Amino acid sequence: MQGILTYTLRRLLWAPLILLAVTFIAFSITRYGPGDPISVISGQFRDPEAFERVRAEKGLDKPVVQQYGIYLKNVFLEGDLGESISIYRGVPVWEIIWPRLLVSVQMGLIALIIAFALGIPVGIYAALRQGTWVDPFSISTFLLFQSIPALVAVPFLVLIFALKLDWLPVGGWDGPTVELAGQKIALGILSKSIVIPALALSLPAVAGIARLTRATTLAVLGEDYVRAARAKGLSEFTVVSRHVARNALLPLVTVIGLSLVTLLEGAFFTETILGIPGIGRLAFQAVTSRDYDVILALVLMLGVAFILANILIDIAYTFIDPRIRYERREAT
Amino acid sequence: MAQAATDTIEEMEARPSPSPLRLALRRLLRKKLAVAAILAIVIFYGAGIFAPLVAPYSYRQQNLDRDLEGPSLDHALGTDRLGRDMLSRVIWSARTTVIVTAATVLTGGIVLSVGLGLLSGYLGGKMDTLIMRVGDVFFALPGLPMLILINATMRPRVVEAARWVEDHTGIEGIVSSGAPDYFLIFGALSLFAWVGGARVIRSQVLALRETEYVQAARAMGAGAWRIVISHLLPNVSNIVIVGVSASLGAIAGSEIALTWFGVGIQPPTPSFGALIFDASNPRVINAHPHLLLVPGVAVGVLIFAFNLLGDALNDVLTPRAR
Repeated sequence: MQGILTYTLRRLLWAPLILLAVTFIAFSITRYGPGDPISVISGQFRDPEAFERVRAEKGLDKPVVQQYGIYLKNVFLEGDLGESISIYRGVPVWEIIWPRLLVSVQMGLIALIIAFALGIPVGIYAALRQGTWVDPFSISTFLLFQSIPALVAVPFLVLIFALKLDWLPVGGWDGPTVELAGQKIALGILSKSIVIPALALSLPAVAGIARLTRATTLAVLGEDYVRAARAKGLSEFTVVSRHVARNALLPLVTVIGLSLVTLLEGAFFTETILGIPGIGRLAFQAVTSRDYDVILALVLMLGVAFILANILIDIAYTFIDPRIRYERREAT
Repeated sequence: MAQAATDTIEEMEARPSPSPLRLALRRLLRKKLAVAAILAIVIFYGAGIFAPLVAPYSYRQQNLDRDLEGPSLDHALGTDRLGRDMLSRVIWSARTTVIVTAATVLTGGIVLSVGLGLLSGYLGGKMDTLIMRVGDVFFALPGLPMLILINATMRPRVVEAARWVEDHTGIEGIVSSGAPDYFLIFGALSLFAWVGGARVIRSQVLALRETEYVQAARAMGAGAWRIVISHLLPNVSNIVIVGVSASLGAIAGSEIALTWFGVGIQPPTPSFGALIFDASNPRVINAHPHLLLVPGVAVGVLIFAFNLLGDALNDVLTPRAR
């Protein structure tokens, strides 16, 4: 146990340094490239004097190194992520991000649940039918879903379910709204607008989960305790559900993190195409309108999520497989 | 098989045993799905490489009298809104995919990941820490948004650099050929593509370094270079093949995504990203679904083939999964 504690602590101590490097890279890329948020809002017929004044107001006329220093001080010492310049003038970044995050989380959760609910049975079924045509066929079917890019799948889902059948809305995000800290959040999860994004996000994730479940199930099926359970004369269902599934599903905890990453990338397109106000679409808007602070805040937030997820995965491994120890390995 | 039965034991012993790679290839060719996948990939890449010979029309030849047609004898896959032949545009787009995937795999998938993985695992110490920490940073950066950002902001700089090269070397047509776009995309993709591979290779090298044959080589006075090239590299080649085949689909998908966002390959150079973008507006797709169906199926089949091949290679080359 002590091994994990020091290991986790060491990883956590590294985290701020990694985040520092992440912000530095993101910061230099945004400032180095052409175009800035002030040019975006001032448009084609700008007044040079006003342009310079706004630049000075936002502190963008200072040397880049100094700007970076100010940014770091604001973020790490005061927890202030800055404010939007070109998307929503003067609104604090955090107030823009969190309502959108809640929208994306609704989609992500539903998609994750569907993906696991489909992937686990398919994986176990494929493992039990190993050697027959059902095994490669079932996994390959979902591999096909994984192979169709969201860019193609979403317009087709819209064509079939919204335009031809007229069952679902073409896009957007409806549903009952709740008020949270002065902001209205639509619970699209309770409306028809969830269906297309949920399908588009969950189906591509099924194959990975099914494949892993199949591999772990196969490993468990060869264990002595499974043979013992069969020898006792237990029904096949009891053997699979009690003895096999229980042990085969534990390692799946570790792919939750990876699935979230896939979902995030998918959300980028799905939200942009369907016009859903989540963080994927926000990221796209922020990049195209060079809204510095919004870009940096999103990068920082995702970086934190990635690092934490990876640490949690490593810790989960030690609980699942006690043979793994994270002692300090001397690399000589 | 019939011949093997007639062989005497002496003959079988006299024959040199086939190399592991040959055995793996034989196992691979026994899988029907894998063979189908290889066939699909060969057709796709062949069409891309020989696009000028294979494509029935030029990708920019317009015929406004015959726009938005369905499939016909003249145009096997129909025409787009400017009357350009869809089949030719798909074939030329395949060329873009071929260039980007090949360049990214060579630089990020093989040179960077294998080189840094070997270096990190074999040398250890400060070098190892440095490479792995840099890897951590790239791993923590959100891939797609960063790629979009890099491509959106760096393009003018790369075009400037290409112009400079044109002016100073007398080579012409670098910018007009779209080379800066290709360079930008595969450069940015490689920057993020190496981390996973390098990590796996490093951990494998850490184990291999302690094996007896490496120690024996070291005891005989073999230098670091020799050990890495002739003892470590052949033993990580399986991992490299599996890793590269698994990442090909994602690389092809990323190029399409970047171009879709308008920061990848710029028109008039054709790319699946642009074809899909042009076709995915609700009004267009409702009236002319073939405009999306054609590039969509081409891309879907390619990535599906990559995924199937990756799976099959994983089965064949990773002993644990066999």
